[in-house]
Amino acid sequence: MIEITRNIIDHIPIIESVRKNTNGAVVTFLGTTRLTSQGKKVLYLEYESYKPMAIKKLNEIVGEVTAKWDIRDIAIVHRIGHLNISDVSLTVAVSSPHRKESFEACGYIVDRIKETVPIWKKEVFEDGETWVGCQSLGHYQVSTKR
Amino acid sequence: MEAYLKIKVRFFALYRERAGMAESVHTIPAGSSLHHLITLIRQRHPNLAPSETAIVAAVNTEYAQDDTILYDGDVVALIPPVSGGNRD
Repeated sequence: MIEITRNIIDHIPIIESVRKNTNGAVVTFLGTTRLTSQGKKVLYLEYESYKPMAIKKLNEIVGEVTAKWDIRDIAIVHRIGHLNISDVSLTVAVSSPHRKESFEACGYIVDRIKETVPIWKKEVFEDGETWVGCQSLGHYQVSTKR
Repeated sequence: MEAYLKIKVRFFALYRERAGMAESVHTIPAGSSLHHLITLIRQRHPNLAPSETAIVAAVNTEYAQDDTILYDGDVVALIPPVSGGNRD
């Protein structure tokens, strides 16, 4: 299951989708949205994606994982659009006959998503907003109206 | 062979906000490289990124190097740095 959605993520069925009796382990990652960032209170987040390329890159990551480990099932669901604090932005669930592979693969998937998948996160504060990761572009916008 | 190519350029996230548009169409000479197109885009949108900061682009949903040759109908997406998240 590879999906990019604007809907609220219900992570339980996603996790259940990889739980099978051929597997002894399921490892799950939930990306959640923190209340504070850079010492300031986050009002909400906006996620944006270049969807066709993001789906392609997620499928490539799945290929990388199955080439490296004996992982039997993988589910990746990323939410985009307006997210509130505590919302789940990303669910990754992997399963394998033994647990070592699932622990390693799950972490690898999350790292690779953040390196290569074209999905961007904007944090909105009371006094401005930041596209995360864009500090090299000299970006922190102070909002004139709020 | 056409003398000119029509390239669709897509802006995302910070680039979209700075360019003030989500996409535009550029007509460039056949045989042009991605580097040439990005130079034109920078001229049209000088606030897009500092000149010393590279602009990463994808051509038809694949990350591409500056010397990639473009073809008619290619879709070039400007990719600002992806959300890193903090590992620690």
